Amino acid sequence: MPNKIVCLSLTLSLFLSGCDLGPSNVESGTRDQVLHLGNGTEPKDLDPHSVTGVPEHNIISALFEGLVTVNPKTLAPEPGIAASWNIENNGKRYTFAIRDNAKWSNGDPVTADDFVWSWKRMLLPAMASEYAYQLFTVKNAKQFNHGDITDFNQVGVKALNAKTLQVDLENPTPYFLSLLAHYSTYAVHPPTILKFGAIDEAGTLWTRPGNFVGNGPFLLDEWRLNYIIRVSKNPLYWDSENVQLNEIVFYPIDQVQTEERMFKTGALHATSSIPVDKIAVYQQKDPEKISIDPYLGTYYYRININVKPLDNPNIRKALSMAINRELLVSSITKGGQLAAYTFTPPNTQGYYAATSPITFDIAAARELLSEAGFPNGEGFPEIELTYNTSDGHRRIAVAIQQMWKDALNIDIRLSNQDWKVYLSRIQSMDYSIARAAWIGDYPDPNTFLDMFISGGGNNQTGWSNAEYDRLIALAASQTNQQQRYRTFQQAEAILMDESPIIPIYTYTRVLLKHPQLQGWYPNILDQHPYKHVYLQEPK
Amino acid sequence: MIDSLKEYQNLNFEQGRSLWQDAWYRLNKNKLAMLGLYLIIFFVVVSILTPWLAPYGYETQNLALGASAPSAQHWLGTDIHGRDLMTRLMYGGRISLMVGFAATAVSLFIGVLWGTIAGYIGGLTDTIMMRIVDILYALPFMIFIILLMVVFGRSLLLLFLAIGLIEWLTMARIVRTQVLTLRKQEFVSAAVVTGLRHWQIIRRHVIPNVLGPVIVYITLTIPSVMLLEAFLSFLGLGIQPPQSSWGVLISGGVETMEEYPWLLVFPGLALSLTLFALNFLGDGLRDALDPRATRD
Amino acid sequence: MLRFFVGRLLQSIPVIFIVITATFFLVRAAPGGPFDAEKTLSPEVIERLNERYNLDAPIYEQYFDYLGHLAQGDFGPSFRYTNRTVTEMIYAGLPITFELAIYAIMIALVIGISAGMLAAIKPNSAQDYIPMSLAMTGICMPSFLLGPLLVLVFGIWLQWLPVSGWGYSPGDKILPAITLGSTYAAYIARLTRGGMLEILSQDYIRTAKAKGLPMAKIIIRHALRGGLSPVVAFLGPAIAGLLAGSFVVETIFQIPGLGRFYVQAAFNRDYTMILGTTILLSCLIVLLNMLSDLLAVWLNPRLALSNEKN
Repeated sequence: MPNKIVCLSLTLSLFLSGCDLGPSNVESGTRDQVLHLGNGTEPKDLDPHSVTGVPEHNIISALFEGLVTVNPKTLAPEPGIAASWNIENNGKRYTFAIRDNAKWSNGDPVTADDFVWSWKRMLLPAMASEYAYQLFTVKNAKQFNHGDITDFNQVGVKALNAKTLQVDLENPTPYFLSLLAHYSTYAVHPPTILKFGAIDEAGTLWTRPGNFVGNGPFLLDEWRLNYIIRVSKNPLYWDSENVQLNEIVFYPIDQVQTEERMFKTGALHATSSIPVDKIAVYQQKDPEKISIDPYLGTYYYRININVKPLDNPNIRKALSMAINRELLVSSITKGGQLAAYTFTPPNTQGYYAATSPITFDIAAARELLSEAGFPNGEGFPEIELTYNTSDGHRRIAVAIQQMWKDALNIDIRLSNQDWKVYLSRIQSMDYSIARAAWIGDYPDPNTFLDMFISGGGNNQTGWSNAEYDRLIALAASQTNQQQRYRTFQQAEAILMDESPIIPIYTYTRVLLKHPQLQGWYPNILDQHPYKHVYLQEPK
Repeated sequence: MIDSLKEYQNLNFEQGRSLWQDAWYRLNKNKLAMLGLYLIIFFVVVSILTPWLAPYGYETQNLALGASAPSAQHWLGTDIHGRDLMTRLMYGGRISLMVGFAATAVSLFIGVLWGTIAGYIGGLTDTIMMRIVDILYALPFMIFIILLMVVFGRSLLLLFLAIGLIEWLTMARIVRTQVLTLRKQEFVSAAVVTGLRHWQIIRRHVIPNVLGPVIVYITLTIPSVMLLEAFLSFLGLGIQPPQSSWGVLISGGVETMEEYPWLLVFPGLALSLTLFALNFLGDGLRDALDPRATRD
Repeated sequence: MLRFFVGRLLQSIPVIFIVITATFFLVRAAPGGPFDAEKTLSPEVIERLNERYNLDAPIYEQYFDYLGHLAQGDFGPSFRYTNRTVTEMIYAGLPITFELAIYAIMIALVIGISAGMLAAIKPNSAQDYIPMSLAMTGICMPSFLLGPLLVLVFGIWLQWLPVSGWGYSPGDKILPAITLGSTYAAYIARLTRGGMLEILSQDYIRTAKAKGLPMAKIIIRHALRGGLSPVVAFLGPAIAGLLAGSFVVETIFQIPGLGRFYVQAAFNRDYTMILGTTILLSCLIVLLNMLSDLLAVWLNPRLALSNEKN
């Protein structure tokens, strides 16, 4: 007996010793300038030319900097790797002066050639970069990406010398500078890439800690799968004296409840989202910890028009019109979101879409379905609705599944997938209807509308409309904003009439943050350049 | 001295009891086991009558209402889509219990057949058949079920089959042991001598005597099958929305347990109580049918 | 003993082979994989896939290919996380699951054996009923119910312990280990009680008591070996169950172990990952089963005579 008691006490004390929880991450982090962030899902990779998601963006923007960076409050373009620039030729020629002291983390200077090489990499067909179309505004870039020309020298980006980059555009593009703040246009370090594979080989080992070379304010220290990603201050970054954080730790937590609990117990400074049911609770009890701000993004469902009977636009419209969006945002998402009947969020840099042909009208939806040959849903095949694993997406999917059942009497099968798989299935068009979201890459309606040009990398619906393509190209060449916006309105009207996508709501950015987090300003793109962020106890 | 035949007949002799009546008497004395029995009967009856008893449809949503605590209109509250919890609990119970019974039936069928044949024929056939059982026993079935779910999609039928295919192994072993013991008994040799065909012997003598341990095992298999189904549904691999099973409901309740605890408590109670009931009943049956058997 | 060991080893080999073969062909039969020729992928991607997975070859050649790689410890690249190998992912997750399982077993053994012994010493008393009822609760309350409840009570209401993670903050390993171990503690308690009861009713124990030996000495010197033998026999299936049960606990507590990877791989249809993990876990389980049987036989050599387990 005594032996057992000793044994028991020893074991117990072992465990109980863990009970002295010590200082929380928030406390110790604020003291040591270590930022702990919840980052949603595990990133697919950290290569700026092969990823498209927000979790990836959050980390990549710590490790790299583009020619241009943004003002944390106004999102106005500010010098990044490029110290200054000249705009000539009616907005069709940009000349960038690369900083003398811009360096890679291994000591090599950042040169204009690095950018030329990197843009070539992004545009190479074998790279299959989904964001390649971002650079189509550059002369001949589209032709190069489609394989029509194979000599990159014909593409409108040149290194005049080691520190001067010249870019020629097809059209004057008012948002071009904002575009250059997007990670798809960042430069990568050629020798590092080539050490681990060919120029257009995605998914090699160069993104692992130890191999990684970047030019941003932080360095990649640690990457444990599904666990943490840790970055630490890069002393060779040209502006490192203004960087106040010493480290950032990203936590890939895919369960929102877990993230919220970690926030509550002080393990995170800020979360990537918040469980819907907690929004009201925080607003009442802890309002300074929750922030809800407008966000330039649309939550929508993508339709694969190659899957019968979804190839019929009337059926797609029927599906769209049978959804009660107001009820969804008031009862399910509860975060101040706006019901969306068009794709571009209202007031995107002053742009408003024309009145949409889509409204909430069950009778009209039923009639459209019946005209299409499925009266009262008879004979309509069971369709799969795919979404990436998340409570929020599931709740919406379950609600819409029922709405379609009640209104149209059709059956939907729900299927959830992990983020990476979901992405790859969308990319390979292996879906019927899939949940999607688009956060604008820069403040201009083009970032939403040029997604759906024929064969666009982020189109992924199979939809193609020549008139739509023409209008988008036309808008790219117009310099008068009113004119441009009118063209966009016409294009968007076509998009909504054919409905290869079903917009559901306009995002708000809802997250939790502790007051120790400073230098973190809300803006419609939710971009927070880390060099402005710091931690301090509030007064 | 007894005066008349009538008086003789009126004397209260102890009625002779068969083995089954004996067992039933013993079971009755075990209060916990009887409680378990009544509880199970209650759940089964409710499940069968669900389509008539349920106040709402199990998929009827009421988004504007959302999740609400137990009230007069919704005795057990509603979930985040405004669906009545009691209704979903009842329909979920139907599915959970159905999976439990059906899968056990599958395993019963295969297991009894296998064990009886192996035990009765004996010899090489027995050795081979039991070797196969040994090999299959070592496979990690949880993993294979998940694999099957992934490969062939998530259908209810597949779930029955897959789970049933795990459980038959132990059933086969138990049956075989029983049959072996029985075969050596004299009444079987006697039956053979009288010219009864083998299958008649099996039917009339072997199976009734095997029934005892089999019944006990069934009452203990059903809870582990239900647990398995709940486990799979919790991981998202079992029943799919909008259908529910207790596992699905518990999994949903876990997510919102802080704000809407009733969504976790009631399904959790339902599952736990059923498991309790079945386990106590099983223990009780074991004691009743063979009081000499060592516990566990 | 040696004969028993060799016998069991030989018996394990066909098992492992069946596992590998069955899994391999099952996975290949799955609809919607790259192994499904109906895919419409861009030619570059198809080329890369064919290169990596040797998909052009006939299936039995792929099978032997796979076996060959296996022999070298190479499970192939993950089908979904295209820049990672299965080996790498297993290497990341397995130690964590193992650690969790070990803590859980420790808890299960300590609590289970103590409870069982307490109950066996004074049968049919309060000392018996209370632990045994708690044990029944442990059996009937699945881990996916117990875990969240523990989190609610100890993590959220009382705020004594962290609610998720593994190694992020001190003490975050406690709740997961308890959740996983409690069901097994319950089984072990019942088994211990049963085994000890049987031993304690034997004559030689009564002799020892009559001789005046204190209870503690009696248990340690005489009863333990025999009484614990059902527990030891249970360890094999227990470990198998633990590895499977870790799926749920790891999901609830966000632990980046192999169990959670496996479930995710199942959702993702990450076929190579599923294949690799299945094979690895199966082999582990077979091995551990064998070891536990060996241990049981060592404790109670009579078991080796009858090859039947009841």
